[in-house]
Amino acid sequence: MTTTEAQEEDLLGLVATPSQTAGPYLSIGTQWNANGRAVPEGTPGEIRLSGSVTDGAGVAVTDALLEFWQAGPDVGFGAGSGPPGRGVQAARWTGWTAWTGFTRALTNADGRYSMWTVKPGATALGDAAVSSEMEAPHINVSIFARGLLQRLVTRIYFGDEAERNGADPVLRGVADANERARLVATWIDGGYRFDIRLQGEEETPFFVP
Amino acid sequence: MTLDPPYLYPDYRSTLTRAPSKPLLTLPAGATELSGPVFGERHVGAAAADLTRQGDGEPIGERIVVHGRVLDAAGRPLAGQLVEIWQANAAGRYAHDVDRHPAPLDPNFAGAGRCLTDGDGIYRFVTIKPGEYPWRNHPNAWRPAHIHFSLFGRSFMSRLVTQMYFPGDPLLAFDPMYQSIRDRKAAEALVATFELASTVEEWALGYRFDIVVAGRYDTPTEES
Repeated sequence: MTTTEAQEEDLLGLVATPSQTAGPYLSIGTQWNANGRAVPEGTPGEIRLSGSVTDGAGVAVTDALLEFWQAGPDVGFGAGSGPPGRGVQAARWTGWTAWTGFTRALTNADGRYSMWTVKPGATALGDAAVSSEMEAPHINVSIFARGLLQRLVTRIYFGDEAERNGADPVLRGVADANERARLVATWIDGGYRFDIRLQGEEETPFFVP
Repeated sequence: MTLDPPYLYPDYRSTLTRAPSKPLLTLPAGATELSGPVFGERHVGAAAADLTRQGDGEPIGERIVVHGRVLDAAGRPLAGQLVEIWQANAAGRYAHDVDRHPAPLDPNFAGAGRCLTDGDGIYRFVTIKPGEYPWRNHPNAWRPAHIHFSLFGRSFMSRLVTQMYFPGDPLLAFDPMYQSIRDRKAAEALVATFELASTVEEWALGYRFDIVVAGRYDTPTEES
């Protein structure tokens, strides 16, 4: 927080409500829309994205909630999207009227998750009206679980997008090739695979939430 | 200055193997970060805001009203905002397979609710005051009574999951989760206020819990 922001908060007497862990029982409140389906079964262009979530001891994380937020495939940015923070134009994906670009999934007893969606298109970096720099197709992910006092944030890129990945400003900012590879889902057995390691040598790169 | 707790907080044992060990990267203020999901009436049933009316009968426990305003970083009300809550029953037991605390389950209490904020950013739940319960974090560890809250805010970057506590709870002083917030004023923002104005005579005590969902890329000075 900058000094100016802090001063403004003081003037308003507002304190940003801090985060607390979602705890081990998060499924009670979130399972009502946690079927992992951003698109209904049989949607043209449907892809499956799955993987495991493991902790620093290599133990499967069986009580995590993953949330996915992404653009649609055929328009600049996808939608059902909310009042944008800063004048970003939200647009619906024409393939499915109920498309929101959001879904969530719980890990199972083996610490694995699955979600079904359509591959996002490339998105503008920042305000599309003033920026021509593009980001490679990606899905933003939030991870909630016992032991996480605030959510973890990461991004899923796609292994078959070598050219656009090579020009992506976020991936270019990750100097280490192994680390960069941990942000990229690989095509295997008819779907994309993206494993998440919360901690350790093979740790998934996470972003400031 | 960040008001959120750190990932690694050894007093809360589960953070030891789950906190990331490498420095966090920074996302640009891209299209994905500056937008976020929007929910509507189709996501919340009419009964979803009253947790005492989800079973065949009334749940056991002290009926309470929990309400408040949801604001953004600039103090503007967030209307149409999805608020999700979940909690233990009056005996301190969650309706969840993993919870082995030998306290009774209540067949009339599932412990989950959701609603949308109105045009003034106000939400309101009717529920049962949750019980305190033991956990195995350290010897004789007990969680203070709390209700889990989930909000989305203006964009992907403002997503917030937190917990609401009750005023005067002696367990707060011993709770690693509550104590993980270093800034006292921020921690106190998680404690609801008892409110006579929202207390319903001869029916339920009222608690007020206002929530400020301040996203990293929210711009308080714009679109004011």
